[in-house]
Amino acid sequence: MSARSEILARVRAALADEPAVRQVPREYRQHSRDAGTADLAEMFGERLAEYTARVHRATPEHTPAEIIAEVLRARGASSAVVARGLPARWRPGTASIGLVDDTGLGIGELDRTDAAVTGCAVAIAETGTLVLDAGADQGRRAISLIPDHHVCVVRTDQIVGTVAEALAALDPLRPLTFISGPSATSDIELDRVEGVHGPRNLDVIVTPVGC
Amino acid sequence: MSTAFLGMPELPGGHGNLRGAAEFPDAARQALGNRQLRDNLAHATGAIRAKRSAVVDEVPDWEELRAAGSAVKADTLARLPELLEQLESAVQARGGVVHWARDAEEANRIVTELAGRQGAREVVKVKSMATQEIGLDAALDAAGITATETDLAELIVQLDNDRPSHILVPAIHRNRREIAEIFAEHMRDDQGRPPTDLGDDPAALTEAARRYLREKFLRTPVAVSGANFAVAETGTLCVVESEGNGRMCLTLPDTLITVMGIEKVVPTWRDLEIFLQLLPRSSTGERMNPYTSMWSGVHGEGGAPDGPREFHLVLLDNGRTRALADDVGRQALHCIRCSACLNVCPVYSRTGGHAYGSTYPGPIGAILSPLLTGMDADDTNASLPFASTLCGACYDVCPVKIDIPSVLVHLRGQATRSGHRTERATMRLLAWLMSSAGRFTAARRLMRLARFGARGGRFRRLPPPLSGWTDHRDLPAPPRRTFRQWWAARRRNGGGAR
Ligand code: SF4
Repeated sequence: MSARSEILARVRAALADEPAVRQVPREYRQHSRDAGTADLAEMFGERLAEYTARVHRATPEHTPAEIIAEVLRARGASSAVVARGLPARWRPGTASIGLVDDTGLGIGELDRTDAAVTGCAVAIAETGTLVLDAGADQGRRAISLIPDHHVCVVRTDQIVGTVAEALAALDPLRPLTFISGPSATSDIELDRVEGVHGPRNLDVIVTPVGC
Repeated sequence: MSTAFLGMPELPGGHGNLRGAAEFPDAARQALGNRQLRDNLAHATGAIRAKRSAVVDEVPDWEELRAAGSAVKADTLARLPELLEQLESAVQARGGVVHWARDAEEANRIVTELAGRQGAREVVKVKSMATQEIGLDAALDAAGITATETDLAELIVQLDNDRPSHILVPAIHRNRREIAEIFAEHMRDDQGRPPTDLGDDPAALTEAARRYLREKFLRTPVAVSGANFAVAETGTLCVVESEGNGRMCLTLPDTLITVMGIEKVVPTWRDLEIFLQLLPRSSTGERMNPYTSMWSGVHGEGGAPDGPREFHLVLLDNGRTRALADDVGRQALHCIRCSACLNVCPVYSRTGGHAYGSTYPGPIGAILSPLLTGMDADDTNASLPFASTLCGACYDVCPVKIDIPSVLVHLRGQATRSGHRTERATMRLLAWLMSSAGRFTAARRLMRLARFGARGGRFRRLPPPLSGWTDHRDLPAPPRRTFRQWWAARRRNGGGAR
């Protein structure tokens, strides 16, 4: 007998007592109580900041492109990789920051790039979480993983309250990465150390739609 | 720096690392003699307990989430054959290859052959209980393939040729000074050079690990992972982690081999909304862990612009069907490996994980290991169901409501029937509690009194201070004589403690 049929036969035999199939009680919250957009953006920013990510609020007067240039400069980044679909209005016009479109850079090249700038698919307020799904303004997973500094732009209309709302808005067939703060470990005496293999620096820019 | 009872990892047999060489009480006594270990454990378990309570208490619908999580798992087990077949077709439809492994040996053979086919001399590994359970590293090593653990704590344990002692924090038994020594002695880069400027600051040690592993991530063509969840309807695999080593292993290597217990499947995509809330808060005490990765199939599927070009999923039995056949014990297969039950356990927080022998320590290990392996009369795992005071804290924190105390009582009955030397095992096991646990004595006395209120071996309500948790559930009735009374009587009659 193949391993497959043998295991399935063992499972069926183990279930000979026919345990009841229970209806799953889904009485937990689907939606957040503070459903206002402003409240959600506020909660998202606070909770993400608790993971020591730096959170910035963009306005028509202080645009995402300007903030991107500032945070890259503040971290001493001279190069940043972006997906080709990153909107033009988010691209800093400054010549001092070299934005590199990802045209299939090698892993070594990404490793020598200081930063990455991406959008996101969904953000979760209650847990302070960004979700990337390799959409046009985000690109492949390696971009937001290998460079040591990740700058992510979140539109307020992408912020949902709960994990349940986020999953409902996502396509499970796409490659998904949930990010809640910079990479971290507490493996040595439970001392939290930020920055292990993922980016050590995470800047998140929350922007009104259209900025 | 001395560590007792840590033999070199050996090439695992059929079951892999599910059994220790010594019975729990003997291994535990050695652990109790290690002051450093006890201090580390007390600090670590206390700190995680506090973090967990804070983030669980802020969730208004925590009990509803637990009820849903428990029901999804019960439903999954009841429909396991159809769900596994559904998962298999979904993974295949997106370019993955599914393998089935009856036991540890077969799983190791499959992974070793797959890695060997790629001509790999080296693979990178993401922390995974399943591959620890089957002893994959040793099996790969025997085939001339070096497996590098990439989770920081697993790396520490691996470099030291040691064994993990906690599900979540495998190096919980090591302090910074010991870790610095391990790195200085065993960590070597491609040119065989040791790390420089090490010190014993956790940030510097982490940086050394980052540098050491980065070159491996960037060039190793084969990765091996476990999985926290697999969604039957979509074929989506999910890995929950903190450091980014998981993301590296799931993104960069050309070939990904995922080894997963058959009980990890969940029916629908929507079910993850429950577990992605229960797991991080119960485990690290965070609202969400830093990184969770999900993938459905290979590079190019679902618009995936990168990720592995070859994906293999190994579905592992290794005793799970044996556990499933036990109608009381099968709930142990609900476990999502959060480790909350370890951190609240008065026995685990004193003995640490190695005393349990198996990959799975603590309260969940005390039921899961014997359920997976069975218990012969001379089986070291037959001592595990006695490695508990039945205080019930594990059940209270379990995010999927596994009634560990009831399963322990059930397994004690089985062990006794199979002729295990129950009394001696129990006596030795709890001997250490005799010295310093006044509160424990009082609590046990109360429980004994409460026995009068028990019906059919269960009771519904304990007197305070124990009523706090019997308000929520049934508790197995304690034995007629408590262990301590039994022990005291035995000592008066001249019986030794050893
Ligand atoms: S038994 Fe429950 S509390 Fe213990 S590790 Fe498993 S899920 Fe967590």
